[in-house]
Amino acid sequence: MNLTELQNKLLAAARRNPPDSQVPYAFEKRIMARLAAAPKPSEWLAWTRALWFGAAACVAVAVLASVWPVQPTDDDDDSFSAGVEQNILASVDDFDNVW
Amino acid sequence: MIQESVCMEQSDADLIAAVLRGDPASFEPLVVKYSPRVFATARRYARRESEVEDIVQEVWSKAFQKLSGYRGEAPFEHWLMRMAVRTCYDFLREHQRSRESSFTDLTDPEHDWLEQFVRAPAEAREDADAARKLVERLLAMLSPSARLVITLLEIEDRPVKEIAALTGWSAALVKVRAFRARAELRKCLRRIAKEKYL
Repeated sequence: MNLTELQNKLLAAARRNPPDSQVPYAFEKRIMARLAAAPKPSEWLAWTRALWFGAAACVAVAVLASVWPVQPTDDDDDSFSAGVEQNILASVDDFDNVW
Repeated sequence: MIQESVCMEQSDADLIAAVLRGDPASFEPLVVKYSPRVFATARRYARRESEVEDIVQEVWSKAFQKLSGYRGEAPFEHWLMRMAVRTCYDFLREHQRSRESSFTDLTDPEHDWLEQFVRAPAEAREDADAARKLVERLLAMLSPSARLVITLLEIEDRPVKEIAALTGWSAALVKVRAFRARAELRKCLRRIAKEKYL
């Protein structure tokens, strides 16, 4: 059996037989009734969802902010604080020397 | 012709504007006007009429809910058909477990058509009802993405760019899926040959 020919033949058959576009009787009435019966999205529900999303984002940021400072850094904290202290008190040291 | 088309677009635009202003009854003429196309599309992917109606109802529900998202840059029909194709794809994915996996239960006319094809391929008529049923069986065996691509590309003869717009896939993805779909189709045909004639 020539499969390429069979494939072409069957696809040609599908092209030659397009599906029916007939719409059932009063279908539009059914759609309109369904749309009218569908619950309308509540404004409060939208606000509640938005606030929950906001709250979840805030919690995530808070957790990240609390975890971040705990992580050890490569910098030497002692030398950094000593450097800051030395710079701030440098003028006081000079003042002592003057007297 | 162009003038007529512009008038029709304005008419759709007016109806949509009215619905968005709070007049849902203006949606009905749109349903009447475009339902035949949506039904024809749904019938490509669902066999039972109850399933077809469910798909079309789903399309119109989505269209109504998302109407405020329609910006009017493309004709309403294009926007609606994109929604219809995506709803059909969702339907195929939801029902993929019930895909047919065998050609053993062919009806007599389908069997006769295949016999005719084996004897004299040129004489097997493409417009025969049995050929149409065989194609339906064949498509039902494919995966959802393969079926969608084969239908849009090979049966409806749509260009890759249009398929990309309809499905929301990139053009490259459409080409990759088309390649895989043809291979899948060939595999199914090989199974027919094996089950029936070996």
